[in-house]
Amino acid sequence: MTLKTEPFVLNMGPVHPSTHGVFRMRVVLDGEVVTDMEPVFGYLHRGIEKLAEERTYGGIIPLTDRLDYIAAMSNNFGYVLSVEKLAGIKVPERAEYIRVIMAELQRIASYLIIIGAFLNECGAYFTPFVYMFREREKIIDLFEMVSGQRLTYNYMRVGGVSQDLPEEFLPALDKFLAQMPVCIDEYDRLLKENEILLARSKGVGILSKETAINGSVTGPALRGSGVKWDIRRADPYSIYDRFEFDIPTGSAGDCYDRYRVRVEEMRQSLRIIKQAREQMPAGPVRTKVPHLVRPPVGETYAHIETPKGELGFYLVSDTSISPYRIHIRAPSLINLTVLRELIIGWKIADLFVIFGSIDLTMGEVDR
Amino acid sequence: MKFENYGRGIAKGMSVTIKHLLRHPTVSQYPEQRLNTSRRIRGNELIWSKEKCTGCATCAKTCHEGAIEIETSPNLVNNKYEVEKYQVDTGYCIMCGLCVEACPFEALFMGTTYEAAKYRRDELVQEKEDMMLEAGVKQPSGYFYPDYAAALPRQTLLIERITEEQMKPAKMEPKTETKTEKTAEAEKK
Repeated sequence: MTLKTEPFVLNMGPVHPSTHGVFRMRVVLDGEVVTDMEPVFGYLHRGIEKLAEERTYGGIIPLTDRLDYIAAMSNNFGYVLSVEKLAGIKVPERAEYIRVIMAELQRIASYLIIIGAFLNECGAYFTPFVYMFREREKIIDLFEMVSGQRLTYNYMRVGGVSQDLPEEFLPALDKFLAQMPVCIDEYDRLLKENEILLARSKGVGILSKETAINGSVTGPALRGSGVKWDIRRADPYSIYDRFEFDIPTGSAGDCYDRYRVRVEEMRQSLRIIKQAREQMPAGPVRTKVPHLVRPPVGETYAHIETPKGELGFYLVSDTSISPYRIHIRAPSLINLTVLRELIIGWKIADLFVIFGSIDLTMGEVDR
Repeated sequence: MKFENYGRGIAKGMSVTIKHLLRHPTVSQYPEQRLNTSRRIRGNELIWSKEKCTGCATCAKTCHEGAIEIETSPNLVNNKYEVEKYQVDTGYCIMCGLCVEACPFEALFMGTTYEAAKYRRDELVQEKEDMMLEAGVKQPSGYFYPDYAAALPRQTLLIERITEEQMKPAKMEPKTETKTEKTAEAEKK
């Protein structure tokens, strides 16, 4: 007689230190090996798309801050781009450069968080995380200086940015640009060849090119699998066609490659900021836009490359002061769809390493 | 095995950690030691100017949270509106600053305080007496007001603290610098 064992169903979350928000995974285990996984989300649903239908076009910008709350500048950017596309508003040159600088600083800040959190899950408990947070603090200081807040910036406006840069911003940015490459090199020395990190992440959670493309995965997760796809290059928005930068790609598509792609992209972002800072002209930062924007009847879709992937805003207007419909293509939600395939077959300790390397923010998944 | 130089990576990493261990701390001892916030800080309250406000209610219309409540009555003596009630429920307020931006008469300001936790919800409601600019109790922020921003002390930046202190050898005693000293220095300048 053979003894039959039942599969063990384990609830990970909804409140778990490694899920970066409220997210539940129903994991079916065979011993320590994951045989099935079902993501359960919706705990952070606030109905942002529906709320936006009741608000003016300008009043939606604070809502977009709360989508991907660790990269609020990028969300603002994507939203104002779509409104400007729909209403045919032209943005002053200086505002475009300020927007690019802000978006790239935000990319570095967001990658610092996710690299720190990913290393936490690999077992480097909080030491690298605190270093990353110190670097992020410098960027947050800059954001606080221009916008007045540290997390929900509400800085960009339809037709420009809310206010010009204060006079002490550019000297501080120059200092940051001088310091940051040194810091990235230091973190490479700390982590790049670390045996523990290599053992935990090399060859773990391989996302093949085909799966990534079929699952519409975007962002560093896609580039880690070796697909050279970046919307800043593929469909240049704003003024990204004026800058020189490379698109780093991985080869194997494992967790380590996704981590390396992020580190390399931070260097590329610094390159873009340097170029933008040199080319930045003087002038106004905001065009005259009516207080209540009334775009003509029509629909539009504008997408940008955020730290998580492709963030798109689909807007339908009926000439009233608020959009008829707004749909947000959230990169975190779409990247979540491949998580099940990545996790199956790996042990429970690898589950969160894979989860962390994909980089999900729950504010964006549930909206 | 995939790790040829076993132990080298960890030794390299430890050298970074040990270097950081000997450095001067970059954290500050809140609440005894406070850093200066941004000059454009959007604090947890609104400040309202009685003299400049005309009762047009643009702020209330702009507020997408519906946090501002304003009641006016016509004053026939000087042909103006008298603001009877100006009330802000900071429990609903998300401090987005759109009302300050929208005010056409420069009568509304963001505050500079950031410690606004209260024990009861009705304490969160600001009456016009609490938020009067003319009372001089509350410091308005420089958000959308460059003149007010220039008067505020300069923001403490971590980036400036680190460049000075990374070069220094480790010190055992942390610097005790209070806010009053700092603001006094800034005022002298």
